[in-house]
Amino acid sequence: MVSTKDLKAAQALAPWLLLIFLAIPVLVGLAGVLLPSIGYSSAADQQALSLQAWQSLFSTPGLFHSVLLSVIPGLLSALIAFIIVFSFLATTSGGRTLNWIRRMTAPLLAFPHVAAAFGIAFLLTPSGFLFRLVSPLVSGWERPPDLLIINDPWALTMTLALIMKEVPFLLLMALAALPAIQADQRLAVARSLGYQRSTAWLWTVAPALYPALRLPIFAVIAYASTSVEVALILGPSLPAPLSVRTLSWFNDPDLSLRNLASAGALLQVAITAATIGLWILGERMISRVLAYYQQSGQRDFGARPLALLGRTGFIVTFSMLTLALVILIIQAFAGRWRFPDSFPDSLTLGHWRAQLPLLWDSLATTVTIAVTTVLIAFVLIVLTLEQQVSSARVHIGTGTHGNALTRVNHHHIISRLLYLPLLTPQIAFLFGYTVWLEKMQIPPGLLTVVLAHLVFVIPYMYLSLADAYRGLDKRWPMLAASLRITPARFFLRIKLPMLIAALLSSLAIGFAVSNGLYLPTLLAGGGRVNTITTEAMTMAAGGSRSTIAVWALIQAALPVLGFATALLLPRLIWKNRRGMKGFMQ
Amino acid sequence: MNHQRCTQAAIATVVAKATLAAIVTIATIAAIIFWATMPRVFADENATWQNTVSRAQGQSVYFHAWGGEQRNNAYLAWVAEQVEAEFDIVLNHVKIRDTATSVSRVLAEKEAGNTENGAVDLLWINGENFASMKTNNLLYGPWAEQLPNFRLVNADANPEMRHDFSVPVEGYESPWLRAHLVFYYDSDYLEVPPRNMQELLRWARANPGEFTYPKPPDFLGSTFLKQALAELSTQPEALQQPVTETDFDAVTAPLWAFLDQLHPHLLRRGRTFPANGPEMRRLLADGETLLAFSFNPNDPVNRVQRGELPDSIRSYTMRTGTLANVSFVAIPFNATNPEAAMVVANFLLSPQAQLRAQDPEHLGSTSVLDPKMLTARQRQAFAAMTQSHPAALPEGERGNVLSEPHPDWMPALETAWMRRYGVN
Repeated sequence: MVSTKDLKAAQALAPWLLLIFLAIPVLVGLAGVLLPSIGYSSAADQQALSLQAWQSLFSTPGLFHSVLLSVIPGLLSALIAFIIVFSFLATTSGGRTLNWIRRMTAPLLAFPHVAAAFGIAFLLTPSGFLFRLVSPLVSGWERPPDLLIINDPWALTMTLALIMKEVPFLLLMALAALPAIQADQRLAVARSLGYQRSTAWLWTVAPALYPALRLPIFAVIAYASTSVEVALILGPSLPAPLSVRTLSWFNDPDLSLRNLASAGALLQVAITAATIGLWILGERMISRVLAYYQQSGQRDFGARPLALLGRTGFIVTFSMLTLALVILIIQAFAGRWRFPDSFPDSLTLGHWRAQLPLLWDSLATTVTIAVTTVLIAFVLIVLTLEQQVSSARVHIGTGTHGNALTRVNHHHIISRLLYLPLLTPQIAFLFGYTVWLEKMQIPPGLLTVVLAHLVFVIPYMYLSLADAYRGLDKRWPMLAASLRITPARFFLRIKLPMLIAALLSSLAIGFAVSNGLYLPTLLAGGGRVNTITTEAMTMAAGGSRSTIAVWALIQAALPVLGFATALLLPRLIWKNRRGMKGFMQ
Repeated sequence: MNHQRCTQAAIATVVAKATLAAIVTIATIAAIIFWATMPRVFADENATWQNTVSRAQGQSVYFHAWGGEQRNNAYLAWVAEQVEAEFDIVLNHVKIRDTATSVSRVLAEKEAGNTENGAVDLLWINGENFASMKTNNLLYGPWAEQLPNFRLVNADANPEMRHDFSVPVEGYESPWLRAHLVFYYDSDYLEVPPRNMQELLRWARANPGEFTYPKPPDFLGSTFLKQALAELSTQPEALQQPVTETDFDAVTAPLWAFLDQLHPHLLRRGRTFPANGPEMRRLLADGETLLAFSFNPNDPVNRVQRGELPDSIRSYTMRTGTLANVSFVAIPFNATNPEAAMVVANFLLSPQAQLRAQDPEHLGSTSVLDPKMLTARQRQAFAAMTQSHPAALPEGERGNVLSEPHPDWMPALETAWMRRYGVN
């Protein structure tokens, strides 16, 4: 049995551990690219300040184009996803569809980027599903047309795929924030003044909702402008986006290119920052314009375009993602399937039979890594949140301001640092982290991968758990205290059961995030650690479409299983308690 | 004068006789010593190998080998089972996308002062990467010719076992599989395939969008460049020398002229290229193109049999000759378990492993073993693996072999290609 003292010590330690896990790899990693980029590198035996890496970076042919290929997907995908989500919420707010949508969104969010990108590639390529459906009857094509859709030079297909994935993410973030801003009351007031529903939403709910979505939008921009895995599947290659080129420089046997890669990684940071800066600039301009229209008093401002944008955007997004899933399923069981046949001649289990023997190892690795990462993160986060609660209690109870403040402080640090790994391009700090591991002669393996995964898992789990904690009525602990129930007992007997749904769904989120990570697994694992995601990417380099489909489906199935468990368990445990079944009722 | 000359001649004769006698004596003694010790040396070698095998027990081997091909992965999974059962070695196949990444890792470890706990124990390698590791002293060895199974490749009769892209191997890597370039096409839509580069260009002009090749520096893409260069160059002998000793621009000018004309007629008008060989094959399977190529002559048959390519696929080689090479496995200088790696390399050369590698049911590759060195039964088993399939290379189609250019050429061609076509 753990004594109260041990528990307290663990509680005091947890926030700092959390900070270390979150910040150290990022900071070490950034330092590890900064130094080589200015000439301090043991690899190339240089120890003097030199801007050579930067000079050769800026003389790389096609660099400007590669930079644009980071900015375009970053800005465009975030903007379009944001417009779709906001106009959709404006048109459907207060309606009953929302709850239904919420249920649909979570599984779509769990659909990993890699799997979605493959699905979209199979859908849109000139020999793909959509073209087969219309050929030859409608289109007259007996052979696939020679159209440049996948890997287009301006990364538009890649941007499209990113939008499909970001709409569910932003939507879920918005739905989580809506209750806190009393959206329904705001809407009611504006409606009573004669505003149409969507206009009312735009003028009263949107301004309050937007601040809650800002950081998630920035995270979306950071991901879209630096993603390697989606770019490898759908992005252009002549030239490739900066992140992909940086990765290939880093992996070149000519180690002097590592300095170039370091400079590229830092340029990537600057580009992401500049893209976010562009967004903030746009934000200001649009809010001015909107403020002008807001004062016009027009009761049905933008109602029609909003409805049109919201509905079509949403329908396109969801049907594309669903179709992507459908085509993956068909392809995974397809026998002979020649163009322009709309469907395969026969169905077969052969692809699955061929892959299953190869599957178990990477499945075991994936689950081991995800479970370890999620459990470490979970314990640390819960202890940290408990520490915050108890220090808040100290604050109220004794009025010892100074003490309470220092204790609460790490909460502020943590909540800011949370976005550090989400806003820093993965590629920037993972290189430095890998080089540092090599220098320390730490052999790559499960442990180094878990450490790298923690950086990405902690933020998402912390955000979702902190929400759950905040949502708990503060009168419960008081009531418990008045009944002389100790905090530990209160935690185990009351808090845990009440939060079970939220806790489980945060575990599922952590599991899904860990499952989907490509670059962190690849680099921190030194290529030795094969998860389903890295295997799927390797398969993409060599397998047939059907093989790829099998791996993509398995990759997508894992998080779905996680979310399903998180959804079903509370229902089983609390069969007879209607209020305990979690938010997705 | 005369007398003097006579004396001199006599002395010279005596000296010559004495020298001859000395040489004969020394040679005889040496021969006797050699004869006397030879069985011991053999016994020692055997003992050394037994020693290696017993030290390898319980060790694990991280084998970095391209993982983009599930048949390879399944084959290596089988190898892992065998070496675990037979030698108690845990073989981990590290599935890599690009060998260069592993070379870069070993180099980084060397820079970091990691001299005995390297992450890579065994590496599937040839050509440019081998040359670069050898010149940078990144290899363990020499060890390959001491493997008991090495004699089965009969290297004296097959010099390509000792030369990797014209770089002497010197025991720093052990042969694994043979490869040569074959082209294949969809005979439903294409009756007479182009049999040399000029015909290819004419055909592409008449049928735009029906051909493409992987983007260099993908190795198959670079192979296409080398094949085209070997065919088109007016100075083919220059390709056997290091690039620095030739006039690169003059030698390669016909290649660039050819590509400049070809690219506008490629799939997507040459504005994007498949990332690698399998993607090129998928394009053919999907009917987007009509012609592709592979470095594994059995690949087309294997794919047709698995339904990944249509039944109408046929194979052939270019009339002027076709590039061929051997791929090897090497051990990095800082491998954690070089003994176990050697045992695995030796197993890969065993008739049992090579037979399965050639079996179309499994890997469907070409063995490096010389049939002359095998027993009659083994020879029969290998002969039974020869395929007669419509998609297989017709008898006598193997064509004459174009030797691989010096490894310098590959990076030089890749860089030049990137400069010309890498950015639209």
